[in-house]
Amino acid sequence: MIQEDFLTVRVTVNGVAHRIGVEPRRLLSDALREDLGLTGTNLGCEQGVCGSCTVLVDGKSVRSCLMFAVQADGAEVTTVEGLARDGELHPLQAAFWEKQALQCGFCTPGFLITAVELLRRNPDPSEAEIRDAIAGNTCRCTGYEHIVDAVKMAAEGGVGERIGTETASDTDIESEVIAGEGS
Amino acid sequence: MDTVSREYRWIGKDLKRPEDPALITGKVNYTNDVSLPGMLHAAVLRSPHAHARIRSIDATAARELPGVYAVLTGEDALEFIDPVPCFAAEAVEERAIAVGKVRYAGEAVAVAAADSRYIAEDALDLVEIEWEPLEPVVDAEAAMDPDAPLVHENLDSNVVYDQTFAFGDVEGDFARSDRVIRRRLRWPRATAAPMETSGAVCRYDEASGRMDVWSNTNFLNFVAWTIAGTLKMPPHKVNFHPMHTGGSFGSKHVLGKQIAIAGALSKATGRSVKFMEDRADNLTANDSQGPERLYDAELAVTDEGEFLSVRLDAVDDYGAYFMFAITGNTNLMAQITGPYTIGSCETGIKAVLTNKNQQTVFRGAGSDVGNWVLERLVDAAADELGMDGVELRRRNFIQPDEFPYKIPTGNVYDSGDYPAVLDLALEHADLDHWRREQERLRAEGRYIGIGLATAQQRSTFSSTEFWFHNPAPATGLTTSPESVRLAIGPTGGINVTTFSPFWGNSPETVISQVVAEELGVDPSEVSVDYDSTAHGLPSAGPGGSRMTVMLSGAVRGAATKVKKKMFDIAAHLLEASPDDLELRDGRVWVKGVPMEDRSLSIADIGMKAYWHKLDLPENMESGLEGSFTYDHPYTSMPSDDRKDLGAFYPIMGHACHVSIVEVDVETGRVTFLKYLAVHDVGTVVNPRSLQGQIRGGIAQGIGITLYEEVRYGPDGGNMTASFDEYLLPGAPDVPNIEIHHHETPSPFTEYGVKGGGEGGRMVSPPAITRAVEDALAPFGVTIGEMPITPDKVTSWIREAREPVE
Repeated sequence: MIQEDFLTVRVTVNGVAHRIGVEPRRLLSDALREDLGLTGTNLGCEQGVCGSCTVLVDGKSVRSCLMFAVQADGAEVTTVEGLARDGELHPLQAAFWEKQALQCGFCTPGFLITAVELLRRNPDPSEAEIRDAIAGNTCRCTGYEHIVDAVKMAAEGGVGERIGTETASDTDIESEVIAGEGS
Repeated sequence: MDTVSREYRWIGKDLKRPEDPALITGKVNYTNDVSLPGMLHAAVLRSPHAHARIRSIDATAARELPGVYAVLTGEDALEFIDPVPCFAAEAVEERAIAVGKVRYAGEAVAVAAADSRYIAEDALDLVEIEWEPLEPVVDAEAAMDPDAPLVHENLDSNVVYDQTFAFGDVEGDFARSDRVIRRRLRWPRATAAPMETSGAVCRYDEASGRMDVWSNTNFLNFVAWTIAGTLKMPPHKVNFHPMHTGGSFGSKHVLGKQIAIAGALSKATGRSVKFMEDRADNLTANDSQGPERLYDAELAVTDEGEFLSVRLDAVDDYGAYFMFAITGNTNLMAQITGPYTIGSCETGIKAVLTNKNQQTVFRGAGSDVGNWVLERLVDAAADELGMDGVELRRRNFIQPDEFPYKIPTGNVYDSGDYPAVLDLALEHADLDHWRREQERLRAEGRYIGIGLATAQQRSTFSSTEFWFHNPAPATGLTTSPESVRLAIGPTGGINVTTFSPFWGNSPETVISQVVAEELGVDPSEVSVDYDSTAHGLPSAGPGGSRMTVMLSGAVRGAATKVKKKMFDIAAHLLEASPDDLELRDGRVWVKGVPMEDRSLSIADIGMKAYWHKLDLPENMESGLEGSFTYDHPYTSMPSDDRKDLGAFYPIMGHACHVSIVEVDVETGRVTFLKYLAVHDVGTVVNPRSLQGQIRGGIAQGIGITLYEEVRYGPDGGNMTASFDEYLLPGAPDVPNIEIHHHETPSPFTEYGVKGGGEGGRMVSPPAITRAVEDALAPFGVTIGEMPITPDKVTSWIREAREPVE
């Protein structure tokens, strides 16, 4: 691959601004995992079906295996690594732990990100709305019930108070915070 | 009333898992997260043909592509790797990269290592292959024809194994029965499909002749040494590192192929190489497909509803290779007669090779199939005898006072209370209500059905099972131990090392709770890690619902050793006899002397043990650690004539599931109205994680009953190579599951624990199948196959007679 084939992408991930050079065909998922070392986002199918690689791009959930890194130019991305802050679990993470909404944990980052988006849109979802929202994420271990319970618990515990703040950076790292849909 | 253990302080407590914080923050390292300096990425070129000879391969252009370090064909790889491990006596050789001929669509024909996966895939596009397509064999019954093309030319027939096992007076029992219930039953080919695919990173160091392997292969300290053979290396020169595993369900026991591909490329390039399956690789070539089995099944009964004998005749499609021989068929012999007092049984097994990816094991390992077949026969018997299925089951149950109970095959059931489990289920099922609802809704043209199954969940496998189908296994009959090392440091910190990797189960939870129970500390004070083969103690690893039982035994053994040394040290320092000491709240006390200055904390003793040799009893070594290898708690040899298979799966759980469904007769869609599961897996260690296993297992049972099937076209092409075609149940498809526990402690295991990892999947298919059949009873539909797809439901209704008014 010759140098002029690379394009420059400016992207803010979990509040940290990055400038990376990528081939036009490089998937966002590979850029996050390999170029930025954020391996919390897992690849379950790379067919856009299982939802394991779900991240937020400008506040909207996307399958990072179905998006090119260059399409994220100028965007703000949130991955699972951006949920816990100052050593404190995000309320959804705390609820997932409390309800044991996971076994192997491989699909979990995708479920967490999808649930963040759901609660931002609908802070008080019914069980049917939760099941509908996570219908695009596949879990092979849990049978979903504990995941539904955890999302419910997080909603009831007031995760809504933190809506839109998951990626806001208040650190001294240079950042380009781009307002998400829900903030 | 549910019974829950009360006699332990920590065993049975509903604690959050220590495994979870790292998992929910994205901090664990799965195999695909491993990145080494200079690491190359591999991709695999797969056969588009199910059965074909490779006339020639030209990889010249591929090798010339910038960024490509190596392209290996099967022939090229012969220099670096030998055939992959196969645990069958039959001469079925498999190579990680095919040589000369391919035997299924998706088999590897060339591999490339390059600067990125993208470039490796580009390179493989440039490989030119001249094929000679052969006639594919894609149906097991057709493959049995003596004139069928041979999958392996060195064998005389595609029927690689053909044997009938008979136990007890089968002929006599059938002769004295009043009636024989007969069904033809077809279990579909499914696949484990964990969310994480399989893979490996291999780093070969030519200077030292050593290789490091980071792979999600699970049987690390059990059989990884056989993979060293595949790599043409002495086992002590290969170190297999334990990896966090994103689910296995049987599919990652032995990843010989994936490791061989990364290993061959690492040897060829002198660089670290990662090969991670993509989903298409996984669905076409992972070697984790389950049985595809056609049964002619018979149950001999009396007019009063007594079960006398069962006879099962199976044709099983094993696909192109034979890695674990017929373990999918031997497994169910552990519980072939179910919870019932059936006096004799027979099982005929024809294992057939075809041009498909091979069958190995998938959660349940064949006992899932056995349960479905037996419960289908029991439901059929209820229908034909005009008896209530619940009472028919009850009258044939082994009674609580009959344990330990030896079934005709020779396996022993340790304990159980099947009537109590059934009663608990009935107490919560409210079947009368649902029968009334059924009647009321039928009048409105709606169809709901009730299904109930009472079935076994064998646990704690003994690997004698791998070999007894073979009259004279070359290895003899192997065993399956599990070890841990428990170390208390100078500040009292407790660390336990396990030699099996994390694969989505809860080993750290179990270990912490057992240590807490034994040493009187809080579980949060226990740190658990996983060790590699270089430091490994004997361990068989997860599989066959064994880890909770085996880790409980191993940890208790190690804790007992360490406790003894602690008491010896404390007795010396307190000038007391070890027999007069007790361990409570993290301190060693002199019994009946509640004075803190006459007691020592674990940290006090740890410090003495590490730093104060001169204060220790004479001849005592410094340090405070103990290793313990727990062997299977109850296993015995089979007889030479194999009329008695010995105890090989004796720690016997049981469950009763009740499923209420509605079937939309216009669309064929099945919806759950209620799902109830009562499980008895002995003493419950952690209710929350057990319930997770049960619910997840039931979701997989829903999958195989309603959705999942690996389908091959007439040309042998795999038609389910993505999650768009291979349908897994999603959140809207799986109902909430009401769970109750009954606890019948095992008399043979520590704390009475039994394994519960597979029960959900083993017991749900017959309950759901019966529920759908019951809903469709007005149409006269009987169900003998799965998955029960909307297409099938609507066509069965079309073919059936008009509804009975």
